[in-house]
Amino acid sequence: MAQIVIKNLRKEFGAFTAVQSSSFTIEDGEFFMLLGPSGCGKTTTLRMIAGLELPTAGEVYINGTEVSQKPASKRDIAFVFQMFALYPHMNVRKNISYPLVSQGMPRDQVRAKVQEVAEILGITALLDKPVGGLSGGDRQRVALGRAVVRDPACFLMDEPLGALDAEFREHMAQELRALHDRMHATTVYVTHDQLEAMQMGDKIVVMNHGVVEQFGRPQEIYDWPATTFVATFIGSPAMNLLPFEGMVGNGATSVTLAGSEVQIPKMIGGDEGGLVLGVRPEHVHLDDAAGYRGRVMAAEYLGTTQIVTLDTPLGQVKARLSSSKLVTVGDSVGLRFDARSISLFAANGHALISTANQRVLHHG
Amino acid sequence: MSYSITEPSNRQKWFAGVLVVGYALLTLLPLAWIIATGFKTPADAIAYPPKVVFTPSLEGYVNLFTSRSRVTPEDLAALGPPTTWYDAIVRQYDMVINGPSRYGERFMNSVIIGFGSTFLSVFLGTIAAYAFSRFKVPLKDDLLFFILSTRMMPPIAVAIPIFLMYRQLGLSDTHLGMILLYTAVNLSLSVWLLKGFIDEIPIEYEEAALIDGYTRFQAFYKVVLPQAATGIASTAIFCLIFSWNEYAFAVLLTSGTAQTAPPFIPTIIGSGGKDWPAVAAGATLFLLPIMIFTILLRKHLLRGITFGAVRK
Repeated sequence: MAQIVIKNLRKEFGAFTAVQSSSFTIEDGEFFMLLGPSGCGKTTTLRMIAGLELPTAGEVYINGTEVSQKPASKRDIAFVFQMFALYPHMNVRKNISYPLVSQGMPRDQVRAKVQEVAEILGITALLDKPVGGLSGGDRQRVALGRAVVRDPACFLMDEPLGALDAEFREHMAQELRALHDRMHATTVYVTHDQLEAMQMGDKIVVMNHGVVEQFGRPQEIYDWPATTFVATFIGSPAMNLLPFEGMVGNGATSVTLAGSEVQIPKMIGGDEGGLVLGVRPEHVHLDDAAGYRGRVMAAEYLGTTQIVTLDTPLGQVKARLSSSKLVTVGDSVGLRFDARSISLFAANGHALISTANQRVLHHG
Repeated sequence: MSYSITEPSNRQKWFAGVLVVGYALLTLLPLAWIIATGFKTPADAIAYPPKVVFTPSLEGYVNLFTSRSRVTPEDLAALGPPTTWYDAIVRQYDMVINGPSRYGERFMNSVIIGFGSTFLSVFLGTIAAYAFSRFKVPLKDDLLFFILSTRMMPPIAVAIPIFLMYRQLGLSDTHLGMILLYTAVNLSLSVWLLKGFIDEIPIEYEEAALIDGYTRFQAFYKVVLPQAATGIASTAIFCLIFSWNEYAFAVLLTSGTAQTAPPFIPTIIGSGGKDWPAVAAGATLFLLPIMIFTILLRKHLLRGITFGAVRK
């Protein structure tokens, strides 16, 4: 299997820069998510790793070998496409054996290998069927089979669950993850679905406008977003962002929001001017003793929890509360934030370093 | 607002049926007339009012395939009784068979030139269309427009320059010359049609093949070509229909060795008077190959003529 290193990778399409200058490392055996909204450059990055696009600048190392200008066929990778790209004029067996045939593997070996892979994926009964009549999930399994069969250095997947029904997607996600855990193959997975990324990934790179916004473990990214983009892109509902004018100094432990003091993690360094306070909805509590107040605008019932929307002096705040908590629309309530989980962002959108997030965010 | 497609009423079905049958009759009637005329005697063929019921005769076909000359009744009597059935038919008119006519050769010329140019048009069209569809070709849109523009005037408008060029190049009345000419005319249609088909084939198939370890060319012929088969088949039919039926250039540029059947068939009438059955027989046989070709590929054609409109 393989470690993949991306160094200052850049891709321009004419005047448009799809990927600015990405650098990150995918460790051997990792399930690695490339996450971002459409048009952020995640697919282009994946295609450059695959060799389907050649980078304008920068390097791609697979197992220590620089491959950025090599054709796809020479990189020993497998790619799973969003629309599966099963060869429509071949049956399932031929589709899966196709990569082996190109290597000139003897027929009986191909047959045995295909059989083995089909058993892993539970598609032995489908082997002699045409791909045209298969369900979405089975097509997905065949596409995976075609990828798995050749024991590639790594798997590259471009939104492989994007074409599936919502109910089936969950199931396939688990299957994919289980397959990965069984094979321990380095997997790079592109998705725009933050839930999918959090659920399946060992590590996530969040991209936006061709720039890597953050790179880390799902929980680190969720808890300590490096930018306001990551804060709002990850999590549903998104992190609450409250813009305010103020100043935080080195070692500060509180900020003043609309006249009331709010505890924050101890800051390292500081900033002043237009700042943004970020807090996840689950870290917002209703507490009448709190100085920062808001008015209840709406409550959405979600079973065990409810999302309560509050109108506050610095903007709307969504709180994830237990469903047992009674809230009445129109009531004025006090808001208390979990001090340890608050992020502060500078005007440029970058997180300020505190004792809480310094382990995660190394820059600055 | 949603709508549903309802089952047509009986009246609508009846009306549609009448329309289709009416149109079919209208287009098939001349065809039926030609086929029938081929089996008439020359007298029946020009009878007025036209004969719908007649005694079938193979005279037309015999006249089509033979060259004959008139002899005096005395000479005819001296020849003894006819040895074959076609001899017998010919002798009713005081004629004897000198040998085969040129129809067979002309027909073969049509086959060579028609299928040759169709193959070449489709072959060149496919690779050109693939390049236009998949690669960054400089001035792509202009080139495509230029290719299309070659069909903006009737090809016969350039007949005189082509005639002079062909004479200089020694291409007049050669198979190669006619194949090249029909290919040139068909190529624009072929490139445009095929580009539409290839555009419809998702590029991921080739990318999958590239990743599976195949070269670009292998990906093209193992993955793209089989999927473009529908488009290639329907393009081939269009090209063949044109080059098979082409008359004007064939009259102008061929007279002997490379003459195709269309200019030859009318000349049958010139020699022996009003030999309409022979002309009709020639036309009937000439229809067959393209009819068979089209019937064989009709499934592809049906999907092909709606190119771009239907996604599988």
